Amino acid sequence: MAPSGAQAPLLEMHGIVKTFPGVRALAGVDLDVRAGEVHCLLGQNGAGKSTLIKVLAGAHQPDAGRITWRGDEVTLGSPQAAMSLGIATIYQELDLVSGLTVADNIFLGREQSRFGISRPAVANTAAARLLTRLGHPEIRPTAEVGSLSAASQQMVSIARALSQDARLIVMDEPSAVLDNEEVERLFAVVRDLTAHDVAVVYISHRLEEIRQIGDRITVLKDGATVATGLPARETPTREVITLMTGRTIEYVFPERRARVASDQPPLLEVEALGLRGSFADVSFTVRPGEIVGLAGLVGAGRSEILETVFGARRATTGTVRVGGRRLRNGDVGGAVAAGVGLAPEERKSQALLLGDSVYRNISISSLARFARGGFLARGAERAAATEQVRSLDVRPADVDREVRTLSGGNQQKVVLARWLLRECRVLLLDEPTRGVDVGARSEIYALVRDLADRGVAVVVVSSEIPEVLGLADRVLVVADGAVVAEERADALDEHRVLDLVMEGTAHRGAPVSATMQHEGDVA
Amino acid sequence: MSSSTTATTGGSPGVIAAPAGHGRGDRGPGLMSGPVGRNLGLVVALVILCIVGLITAGDRFADVDNVLTILRGASIVGVVSIGMTFVIIGGGIDLSVGAIAALSSVWATTLATQQLAEDVHWIVMVVTALVVGAVAGLVNGVVIAYGKLAAFIATLAMLTAARGLAEILANRRTQIVRDTAFLDFFSGDVLGIPTLVIIFALVSVAGWVLLNRTTFGRRTFAVGGNAEAARLAGIRVQRHTVKLYVLSGITCGIAAVMIMGRTTTGSSTHGTLWELEAIAAVVIGGTLLIGGRGTIVGTVLGVIIFFTLGNVFTLNDLSSSAQAVARGVIIVAAVLLQQRLATGSFTFRRPGDGASSSGGAVLQGSPAGAVSGGTSDPGGPGGARPGATPT
Repeated sequence: MAPSGAQAPLLEMHGIVKTFPGVRALAGVDLDVRAGEVHCLLGQNGAGKSTLIKVLAGAHQPDAGRITWRGDEVTLGSPQAAMSLGIATIYQELDLVSGLTVADNIFLGREQSRFGISRPAVANTAAARLLTRLGHPEIRPTAEVGSLSAASQQMVSIARALSQDARLIVMDEPSAVLDNEEVERLFAVVRDLTAHDVAVVYISHRLEEIRQIGDRITVLKDGATVATGLPARETPTREVITLMTGRTIEYVFPERRARVASDQPPLLEVEALGLRGSFADVSFTVRPGEIVGLAGLVGAGRSEILETVFGARRATTGTVRVGGRRLRNGDVGGAVAAGVGLAPEERKSQALLLGDSVYRNISISSLARFARGGFLARGAERAAATEQVRSLDVRPADVDREVRTLSGGNQQKVVLARWLLRECRVLLLDEPTRGVDVGARSEIYALVRDLADRGVAVVVVSSEIPEVLGLADRVLVVADGAVVAEERADALDEHRVLDLVMEGTAHRGAPVSATMQHEGDVA
Repeated sequence: MSSSTTATTGGSPGVIAAPAGHGRGDRGPGLMSGPVGRNLGLVVALVILCIVGLITAGDRFADVDNVLTILRGASIVGVVSIGMTFVIIGGGIDLSVGAIAALSSVWATTLATQQLAEDVHWIVMVVTALVVGAVAGLVNGVVIAYGKLAAFIATLAMLTAARGLAEILANRRTQIVRDTAFLDFFSGDVLGIPTLVIIFALVSVAGWVLLNRTTFGRRTFAVGGNAEAARLAGIRVQRHTVKLYVLSGITCGIAAVMIMGRTTTGSSTHGTLWELEAIAAVVIGGTLLIGGRGTIVGTVLGVIIFFTLGNVFTLNDLSSSAQAVARGVIIVAAVLLQQRLATGSFTFRRPGDGASSSGGAVLQGSPAGAVSGGTSDPGGPGGARPGATPT
């Protein structure tokens, strides 16, 4: 099963660059995949994995770089082109038509027909043969795909890839929707594929899986390859995580104030907060002027904690108090009224009105302030937004510009400006520098510290452990939906945090995503 | 504030791509893409239509009475279209406007209501119509916002239910408005301008102010543009959605009063196909059906274009069937034109994109891709899909 080292690569990608307006998604990715190997692609959310997969699938065209397939340079100009070469992709959100049968899905676009009349019997037989080969004869070719379990649907996708004679199958977090037993069966299929010289590019956040199934590892960070060809079994977990989360660039973090006044009563009090299937019994407090960081791996429940504090998700247990007053569960409007603001992880889909102007995006949470009897004082509104744009140094400093045309860093500043204008007392920041280009990050850090110095209580979530350690006064380590440690940031270093994360995960057993499948386990 | 000290990856800040173009130039190809530009396009279309009218029907078209006829006809559906504009900008749709207007007209002309109106004042009939419209809209809104039913389904249900209820109330008979003061008022005119037209003008102005000068309007754009972002910005999206449908219901009530004045009856058959005319007018007026974008001025122009077209056809003795065909063509042409403008102004095209005939380009050419050209798909850089051809 292990590939011989001397083998020529099946696929070679070199210096792949892909730029979207305002963000450079891939900044020079190298990847080589050999026939018959399981090549694991690792990286944080936003590291560029999805974009890379889409390039490989022919859905995105790279701006620069070279792709070599079986020794020949190729252009993956369309999904069809990639498929005809033998590259198949199994997306996280399965791209099956749920109303059609298994056989219909497998042969979608290449229906078995004669003189335009479809031949379901032929398709069914062929589908049954493929599914049997995959070790899943129990999936009936005539079953409707929508009625199948996620695991079975995945098998249908794999069968489709095989029916197209795929030489390389990209699997984007296939285990995310599977339970442990199903994962084992998936691995059996993957091993069978590689035994037949099919290469698999496997993406997962679960490191233990990669040990089990992977041959080699490529790690992406900030859109670039930081390590490639690492042996999957021998590379220490710490090294892998450090590659994923570690700093590739030294940032200047703003200086902490000498000490946060500990005599002040806490502004944000979270008590025994829990969300079924995600996290449980999370308690912490934040004083005015303090920055508290939540560190942990993807899937540990960090974002969910923030969103639940904000009321965007309805907590199953626990309470949130701001300035001593309890927030209504699941009421974002109430949280905003109480002075809480959230800069969410997915800025474009969760925070911004992309087609609207900068000033409208900034003022949207503070409209009441500029309104008399419901009528907007537009001069005052624009003036206030302009002032924020100036003080945050949003570039270009044009409040009438459509937000979508700004870079990631400036979009983040617009979101921060929104909450600054709202004069919020508690600011929740989820991945504040995601998609923010390198140069603007330090500005965001300085901004956040400045806010804290003005008495705002800040909670920061970040996948980048150095970011949390550099920015926060105090750090909560989250593993597997629980807070496993709480320390002053200057008493921690990256290694210590990783140890805590791994201990926490080990203690609680099952991998996070599997735990989330069985909702009862956590709560 | 220094940004970085040592860089160990290739992502140096200097090479982050700027969006295509700079400054004001990149808002789109010229003037036509902005709201003002799009409305200018509608004015041009209306002028062309008028020229056609003048050439083919001459003085009969230019006659003041004829112009008033067009406006009088446009005014009732126009009022409904103003409410519809809000609902559509807010990301919804209201198929029940005609049925709600019918129900309002029937309820406002029942024996009991008319008796009360006789005792008090005809304003009772007006208030009844408005309240009935508002309540029906409230039901729509609650079912959609809190029951999480698709707006299409909920208002489709209201369409049949409200008309059915109107039939029950009217016992399938046409109810005559007896109050002559009411009829005098609504069939009269002020300085030669019909009351109905004045009502349409007032509703339009009020709608414009509400949309462009109030928090309500701003929130409508936000809710329709990105409901999740609006929610996380602290806007109570569900409550706002309910208000939008109530507003639409109220405009149906106003329209009900207007049609009572014009036909001197309340009937369960009033308002047939208004929903289609109103949606068509809104869409012609440049409001995106997916929400988040639209103008009142566009809607007003859309309604007037729609009815001027009918008038030109009638004056030329063309059948109503031919009219219907022409209206269909106008709707498609208007929307196609807007999509061109919308994709032109919101997607980012680098030089050379047009030449690449990749799968991505195919995607963009498809109707769905064109609709979502930039306003939907907030999650990612999907609008940029047709990337440059690789080396």
